[in-house]
Amino acid sequence: MTSLPSSSSAYEAVIGLEVHVQLKTRSKMFTRVATGFGEPPNTLTDPVVLALPGTLPVLNKEALDKIIKVGLLLGCEIAPVCKWDRKNYFYPDSPKNYQISQYDQPICLRGGVEIELPGSARNIMGEHKTIPLTRIHLEEDVGKLNHGAAESLIDYNRAGTPLMELVTDPALKSPDEAFAFLTALRMILVAAGISDCDMEKGQMRCDANISIRPVGAEKLGTKVELKNLNSISFVRDGIAHEIQRQTAVVLGGGTIRQETRDYDGQTGTSQSLRSKEMAHDYRYFPDPDLMPVKVDEAWKTALRVGLPELPFEKQRRFFAEYQLPYTITSVLVPDRALSDYFEETAKLAGAAKAQAVGNWIANDLLRELGAAGLAIAESKIRPAHIAALVALVEGGAISSSSAKEVFVEMAQSGELPEPIVDRRGLRQSNDTGELEKWCQEAIAANPKAVAEHKAGNEKAINSLKGPVMKAGKGKANPKLVDEVLRKLLAAG
Amino acid sequence: MSSALAFQTVAQLSDQLAAGKVTAVALAQACLAQVRATDARLNAFLSFDEADILAQASASDARRAAGQARGPLDGVPVGLKDVIAVRNQPLTCGSRMLEKFVSPYDATSTERLKAAGAVLFGRLNMDEFAMGSSTENSAFKTTSNPWDTARIPGGSSGGSAAAVAAGQVPVALGSDTGGSIRQPAALCGIVGLKPTYGLISRYGLAAYASSLDQIGPFGRTVEDVALVLQAIAGHDEKDSTSFRTAIPDYRAELKQRRGPWKLGVPKEYFGEGLAPEVRASVEQAIAWYRAQGCEIREVSLPHTEYAVAAYYIIATAEASSNLARYDGIRYTHRSPKATDAVDIYHHSRAEGFGSEVKRRIILGTYVLSSGYYDAYYGRAQKVRTLIRQDFLNAFREVDALLTPTSPTVAFKKGEKTANPLEMYLADIFTISLNLAGLPGLSVPCGFSPAGLPIGLQIVGQPFKEAELLAIAHAYEQAHDHHTKHPVL
Repeated sequence: MTSLPSSSSAYEAVIGLEVHVQLKTRSKMFTRVATGFGEPPNTLTDPVVLALPGTLPVLNKEALDKIIKVGLLLGCEIAPVCKWDRKNYFYPDSPKNYQISQYDQPICLRGGVEIELPGSARNIMGEHKTIPLTRIHLEEDVGKLNHGAAESLIDYNRAGTPLMELVTDPALKSPDEAFAFLTALRMILVAAGISDCDMEKGQMRCDANISIRPVGAEKLGTKVELKNLNSISFVRDGIAHEIQRQTAVVLGGGTIRQETRDYDGQTGTSQSLRSKEMAHDYRYFPDPDLMPVKVDEAWKTALRVGLPELPFEKQRRFFAEYQLPYTITSVLVPDRALSDYFEETAKLAGAAKAQAVGNWIANDLLRELGAAGLAIAESKIRPAHIAALVALVEGGAISSSSAKEVFVEMAQSGELPEPIVDRRGLRQSNDTGELEKWCQEAIAANPKAVAEHKAGNEKAINSLKGPVMKAGKGKANPKLVDEVLRKLLAAG
Repeated sequence: MSSALAFQTVAQLSDQLAAGKVTAVALAQACLAQVRATDARLNAFLSFDEADILAQASASDARRAAGQARGPLDGVPVGLKDVIAVRNQPLTCGSRMLEKFVSPYDATSTERLKAAGAVLFGRLNMDEFAMGSSTENSAFKTTSNPWDTARIPGGSSGGSAAAVAAGQVPVALGSDTGGSIRQPAALCGIVGLKPTYGLISRYGLAAYASSLDQIGPFGRTVEDVALVLQAIAGHDEKDSTSFRTAIPDYRAELKQRRGPWKLGVPKEYFGEGLAPEVRASVEQAIAWYRAQGCEIREVSLPHTEYAVAAYYIIATAEASSNLARYDGIRYTHRSPKATDAVDIYHHSRAEGFGSEVKRRIILGTYVLSSGYYDAYYGRAQKVRTLIRQDFLNAFREVDALLTPTSPTVAFKKGEKTANPLEMYLADIFTISLNLAGLPGLSVPCGFSPAGLPIGLQIVGQPFKEAELLAIAHAYEQAHDHHTKHPVL
């Protein structure tokens, strides 16, 4: 055996993710009972969910539509036939003691998810890359066990909820990539209405397979499966912890054992759940209760029509079409409602004013909504408000500082900007005669600034603007003030 | 009263009900009387709810009085094998595991019988979870053959067959996974039909082997079987394996289809192991068809010898998974010895299942296990395809096939319980049809010298039950076997 490198920097991590996502469907995957979260225990059940003798599954078409949409969004090959298998194992949360799943013919093969790594600073876009997927299949979720001191109770409300399982290639290299992957996947699935991906509600769950190997080695190291990673941050932290743990083991002369470990995000530690020797034999076989379903081109074409643009494609388009900077797109793009809102506003305001629109939304609107605890859909400020406000500012009718005041009032009252501007008397003066008078007064009262300006100090002009704005009670158009002052100074 | 009604056919009873010569309540009471008179010796029923039966019957009479009778089954008692769910009725499947289970829902067949006005009449004994050929695997009682109570009625739907043969009910439903309707029908001297896989919804039929199970009717005549089939056949959205196909008027077609037919006789079904008296009766029946102008042609089903092996791999594999839900956690027997989840599984299943069920679960678990799947399950599925192909090849030449239903007449209780393999061979002529998904019907074709009934199996083409029934009806009406009844 060749000797192994002895410094931690000589090792690299290889990470594969297994992500489970509940599909947002009205009813369960194989029966008509509604799906839901937070309902009283065992109310979302029927004879099929409870696996009473004689009950049979009937496929929910909405679930199949959604998983095919996922495949189309992520560039997967869609299987021509959707086939079902039984995964047999005993566990009290599984009413049939088998799970209807897909074994050798997953509905989606290959494909990938584009991710964005952190940039060198918050306002700088990081590297983009695509993480290749192995497969995505559809299966049914299980119930939930609630362990008490003396007994365990079972709630089957979750049982039978459509669940997609996505498996990446072992192609991720760092905890940051895993974080970026889940962020991007969540963005895509939420935008397409596939799932709300709320990890706290268990709508999205992630396990990670992690191994390390000497940098440059081809052979994969022994992998450890990390479970219980119930937030995107815990995924990143758990993987980082596991890489450190494995590196320490190897540097200490030990070997990595193939096992499943449980990560505790609160304490930042992990412990072994089971080793490979206890692995299940699931005795997969085709489910004789369900017929395979043909997925033809017409079906896929129909589903393609309703697919939303992928978030990073939108980011590139916003840059190309509206010249929006990364600082704005990075705020708008992750949230489909927000980016739709932006586009609607930009359409009303005109593409030339899109940057100003983007700024108002990314900064002021989000600040007001955040303070009021409102979602974008609940905002009293609608695209028409912002478009009108931008027109007022760009047309020189009000100053940008007045516009900020108007914005705050719009957020509270929902009134359009014009009446607010008029009521508050915020229309700025574009009367050059009056302005010239104020400027002359300011020049006369500030000889020191005038002298400095003449001596070549450009910035000295700013100390003349204050008195002019004051004389105009804020209604003077700053651009005009600047023009008039320069003209007078040059003449004087 | 009771004896006068006991052996009437559904066709006769429905005429009398329609003519007001008898009421549904009187008919139900006659059946109850016959059960009381005979079931101590027969043990066909696991349970029945007399008050509920009479309430259903009186509702039928009320409908009829209001001019709202629903058809030929309105007011007619129908017995159900205890594997088909009826709301608020027990559903034991012949097992300790479900001894205390009461179904909160109706099977689709049950719903349809209710819609037809039938009086659902009691729960009939069966081999535990439909696994067996003698009804001796019931956890509760052993049903007797009404022709000789020292003998078994066949199985697994032995309760249904015995009850119909003994005049306790005019018709009953059973289920057939490898012969469980046809074999007991043959041994009890009545008609039993296993329809094409997919013709009748399996929703509410506690699954043994999902790809093989099919519900079907028992009756004392082919016409009665046709009437019950009419009520329950047809697509059901609750069963993804049920087939969308037009349902003909089976009873009308019985009379319209008169042949002559081209009939095949598969040579593999007349070899070793076939009892001479069975062979003689079946050959006589074949001779009758020939005499009627039917063309009789010998055909070959070359993969027949692999059918039993393929069946016991596929059926047990599916059973090992289907029966996993009986785990002691929710609604089944739970062992008082259990202290944690794994314990609940171990003790409850050890106590709740009988030995034949355990044997099949173990077999099925083995054939699906990793490393063995291809050698067993994968291969058995290939054999299954070949067996189906054999039949489809034969059907290019002939309309239907004629075979014995069972290799022997009813055997004595206890005769084969010690040797499961010997018991498995009782289904040697019926099993292939389940593997091929084909319809098959057993019609009485005579008696052994000892007076035990013999059945002729007629194998039909997929979804051509109308033809199958007509072929059987022609034979039945030209003979008097169906007019003979056991004396209990």
